[in-house]
Amino acid sequence: MSVNLTLLLVMGVLYAVGIYLLLERSLTRVLLGLMLLANATNLLLLATGGYAGLAPIFNKDIPPTEYNDPLPQAFILTSIVISFAVTAFMLSLIYRSWLLSRADDIQVDREDLRVAKQALYDDEEDSEIPIEVSDFHENNQPAAKRETIPGIGPKKAVQLLSEPAVPHKKPRKDKA
Amino acid sequence: MEPKLTLRRGRVGRLAVSGTDFNPRDSLISSPKHVEPLVLFVLCAHFLVAIFSPILFSRWGRSAFYILASVPGISFVWLVAQYNNVYSSTLPSPSLEIPWVPVLDLNLSFKMDQLSWLMSLLVLGVGALVLAYCARYFKTNDAGLAGFGAQLLAFAGVMFGLVTADNLILLFVFWELTTVLSYLLIGYARTRIAARRAALQALIVTTFGGLAMLVGLIMVGESAGTYSISEILAKAPELISAVGSPQLMLDIGIALLLVGAVTKSALLPFHFWLPGAMAAPTPVSAYLHAAAMVKAGIYLIARLSPGFSETEYWQPIIVVLGLGTMLLGGWRALRQHDLKQILAYGTVSQLGFIALVVGFGGQEAAMAGMAMVLAHGLFKASLFLVVGIIDHQSGTRDIRELSGVFKSAPKLGIVALIGAASMAGLPPMAGFVAKEGIFQAFIASATYGPAGPVVGWTVLAGMVLGSVLTFAYSARFLWGGFATKAKGMSTAFKPVSWLFLAAPALLSLLTLVYGFFPHLVETWIRPYSDQFPAYDPDGMHLALWHGFSPALGLSALVIAVGVILFKLRDKFEAFQAKLPAGIDFERAYRKAIVVLDAVAIWVTGRTQRGSLFFYLSVILSTAIVSVLAVLLLNVQDWTEDIYFVDPGSPFQIIAGAVVIIGALAAARANKRFMAVLLVSVTGYGLALIFALQGAPDLALTQMLVETIILVAFVLAMRSLPPGLLERKQAGSHRLVRLILGIGFGATMVVVAVVAMGARIHEPVSLALPVLAYEGGGGLNVVNVTLVDIRAWDTFGEISVLAIAATGVASLIFVRGRGQRLPRAETVETGSIGKLPVSQFEPTIHLAKKFTASPSNPWLVAGRTLAPERRSIIIEVVTRLLFHSIIIISIYLLLVGHNGTGGGFAGGLIAGLALTIRYLAGGRFELAEATRISAGTLLGLGLAMAALTALAPLFFGGEIFQSAIIAFDLPVFGHVKFVTSTVFDIGVYLVVVGLVIDVLRSLGSEIDQHEEDGLDSMEMIEDDEPLEVSR
Repeated sequence: MSVNLTLLLVMGVLYAVGIYLLLERSLTRVLLGLMLLANATNLLLLATGGYAGLAPIFNKDIPPTEYNDPLPQAFILTSIVISFAVTAFMLSLIYRSWLLSRADDIQVDREDLRVAKQALYDDEEDSEIPIEVSDFHENNQPAAKRETIPGIGPKKAVQLLSEPAVPHKKPRKDKA
Repeated sequence: MEPKLTLRRGRVGRLAVSGTDFNPRDSLISSPKHVEPLVLFVLCAHFLVAIFSPILFSRWGRSAFYILASVPGISFVWLVAQYNNVYSSTLPSPSLEIPWVPVLDLNLSFKMDQLSWLMSLLVLGVGALVLAYCARYFKTNDAGLAGFGAQLLAFAGVMFGLVTADNLILLFVFWELTTVLSYLLIGYARTRIAARRAALQALIVTTFGGLAMLVGLIMVGESAGTYSISEILAKAPELISAVGSPQLMLDIGIALLLVGAVTKSALLPFHFWLPGAMAAPTPVSAYLHAAAMVKAGIYLIARLSPGFSETEYWQPIIVVLGLGTMLLGGWRALRQHDLKQILAYGTVSQLGFIALVVGFGGQEAAMAGMAMVLAHGLFKASLFLVVGIIDHQSGTRDIRELSGVFKSAPKLGIVALIGAASMAGLPPMAGFVAKEGIFQAFIASATYGPAGPVVGWTVLAGMVLGSVLTFAYSARFLWGGFATKAKGMSTAFKPVSWLFLAAPALLSLLTLVYGFFPHLVETWIRPYSDQFPAYDPDGMHLALWHGFSPALGLSALVIAVGVILFKLRDKFEAFQAKLPAGIDFERAYRKAIVVLDAVAIWVTGRTQRGSLFFYLSVILSTAIVSVLAVLLLNVQDWTEDIYFVDPGSPFQIIAGAVVIIGALAAARANKRFMAVLLVSVTGYGLALIFALQGAPDLALTQMLVETIILVAFVLAMRSLPPGLLERKQAGSHRLVRLILGIGFGATMVVVAVVAMGARIHEPVSLALPVLAYEGGGGLNVVNVTLVDIRAWDTFGEISVLAIAATGVASLIFVRGRGQRLPRAETVETGSIGKLPVSQFEPTIHLAKKFTASPSNPWLVAGRTLAPERRSIIIEVVTRLLFHSIIIISIYLLLVGHNGTGGGFAGGLIAGLALTIRYLAGGRFELAEATRISAGTLLGLGLAMAALTALAPLFFGGEIFQSAIIAFDLPVFGHVKFVTSTVFDIGVYLVVVGLVIDVLRSLGSEIDQHEEDGLDSMEMIEDDEPLEVSR
């Protein structure tokens, strides 16, 4: 099949600029980048249809090769409308983000950074615990006896913030 | 191969009884089998009752355990009744096979042979007793008791499935289910950190082994060409004699299976999880950690041993780990002060012992090993249950605190005495019979066996030493739990009820019965052990009294040294304490976990940086590099059929240049609206290219969408600052972005050229025009493709549109969007959108004179706007245009099937008409124009589309099949109506709904925000009705 380089070059430029904008921190530019990428993809689909031709309105006297390929056209039509919906959704996201945080840029995900910086010490796994010699010890132990339930209480959070990230492993006391 | 085959029971018999249970209709059963569906019934009964256990517990409290216990109890009776079938000399073993995923050779196949029957005795029998025991161990108000009971019962079912499964993968499924259930059972005391930690440790260790085992069983299954366990074992001689890589694969596969068994049965170096798991409630320990789960590994060894004990790594693993575990467990049991820990390390020791004997090979060892499995199951479960009673009645298991228990509870003491004597190997208990058998077997093996005298005698010596330790810790257990200690006072001990004592007492009774009738057990094991070659020329039998044999001498030696060791217990303990601590495997495990944590955090920190730029860069670079690399390596000839100027569309070069300029300028623009406009230029340019290419539908749609997007942009961004983020700050990575952008663009060009150059066939779309006309009844091929030929695609698409519309609305509307917009009558004239007066002081007075009138000839709600917002020209133009545009949109919708247009274009045009109304008259004008809510339109549109999809089914057609209805109308003449038009109307409604949602959200609602002031928004309650201030 023959290749229309003009369309492909235009497509290439749209892809390049689209990616360039997509990688920005400004949300608006990211959205514009997405729109350009959508346009570029539509051009790619169009190029697969080959040479320009007649509009695909059926006439039994015209051989099918004379029309511009209708199949990519159907795809592009779908793509255009979906892009519109996505753009509208992104616009709402941008507005919402502006409304809530007065920010129009992509922030670094703090949760990810926190995961990377977390301490190796984990209360649930690494704390010293007393040896138990009965299944029924709740009955005869003082109520204040330490029992932490993971994820509850500020204790762990405080530990994460205050403790240096060094392993603080002590093996459980041998049962000897 | 032949002689081995005849040893396998049933193989010979199968030929003789052809037709007995043979079902010729069932193509999957190729040879006559003895089908026994009750295996599956037993399994299902366990799970079903487990599921309903919450109801039982809420009705009967802790006594519900008796009902649960009846399930394995009745199954046990059934099992005993199966004896004649299983041990029949003419019939093959009862089996059942239900195809599950036949392509993967994964079937629900069960087989109740003699080994399975023996193991099931333990699993079901001890299971029933432990469940019954729970009814007195727990209190009715214990938290989560119903769940616990369900898990324990399900565990019994799973274990039964495990020992009867005849498919490797099915076995693995049950194997992992025991792991999961054991995790839940060990962690029963959810609020105790020790329980949670032990549960997780057991889970991790056994899952690790399970994964190794999965790899192993796939290797074995693939090299055997089947996953049926009985077939694999039948093929074993042939598999073992293979040479080269198949043999290596088999050897490694079997070794990996053993890793699974070693972790499950708590052998070195994974033994530490078992003492840790003593944090479980004691009944769980009695069942899982004595009789059932830890025996799963032993079962696997016993199952594979007849076929594969001669593989490369089998003997070293079994001998070294088995013997090492036996000695280490016994050694450490002598240092424990918790009764349960003594038993736990004792179990570790015994498991090593049993694994060694069962896996060693030879008829005598197999017989003695299985005898020991049964004996151990009986006495260890009984002893654990005794410990549970001590703990329950006195509140401690510490031997330093317990004193005088025998005096308080002599019956309990006798039960424990029988169990401990059996453990120590004293006559006339089951343990003695089994241990005598083992000594006898290994003497025979060392004398005549293939392993040779050196290995044989070393192993025997190790076993004797281990048995000495076993005797010592058995005595220590009994003394620690029941003796009256010299200085201590008597422990308070509540009387033990008979019901509570019943389960351990029955187990101890069986230990005695076993001891006196060992030949019965021998008959049970004989068919299994006959699969092995015999070494002892005199043959071997289980018996209490063999006469004065070497084995008896060894037993006497064990007892004598054991007694001395027990007498010197204090000195021995002190000696142990003085020795340097050996390798602490639990500590090593925990260090490994710390290292794993550290690596995980390091990798996460390097890859998950929280920066979208970083992620996208990685993805894009991968796309560029991998695609280009593949292309450079693979593509030999590039197409030469490349052209720049399309003869049918020479002007597209100009349009293309416009698009390129627009895109490049957009990349450089620093003002928000300028950038948006420039991107729109590329969109309009694209529309031109479409038009020139012969795609009028696309050109039209693209123009409309581009226009509406532009409006939406302006509406959404009016609150944001006009300038875009300054680019020259740190972290903007301009060069990287440039390289990635150009690289990706170039890659896509190359990909497109190669892909299109590689195309050699005629496109399928050449058939579309005729299809569209004849099948779809329309001339516009693109439209018919959308609403008929590829209607599923379009249906998916309009669903996406509805979702996106809902998303837009939900992001903007703080209140629900469902409320109807207020009518314009309620609004004071000129009240909406007032600007600060000073700005327009002179003109406003003039404007007010014209706009203060409450009547409005042009728009319905134009009067609601503040005078400075109104434009009479726009109002007049809107008045003139609106209805015409709506008519055009409907025309395009209806004509779309045959000419340019269709639901998408029509809907967009209608949306544009509404946009004009909104821009001219404000949000009340929009509200007046759209009395039907966007949500209703979206739903209606989807419903119509769905209706067109389903309706043909009622007329015997297929989904989305269209029909052509021709009729005559007075004015229109002959009309040809195609049902897919209804689908297009659905599309139209969805698109209109989407545009309305965009206008209401980005337009009206943001107007409202602006007027209320953004800060006041938090004050509005969700369900507060929308009040318009007067």
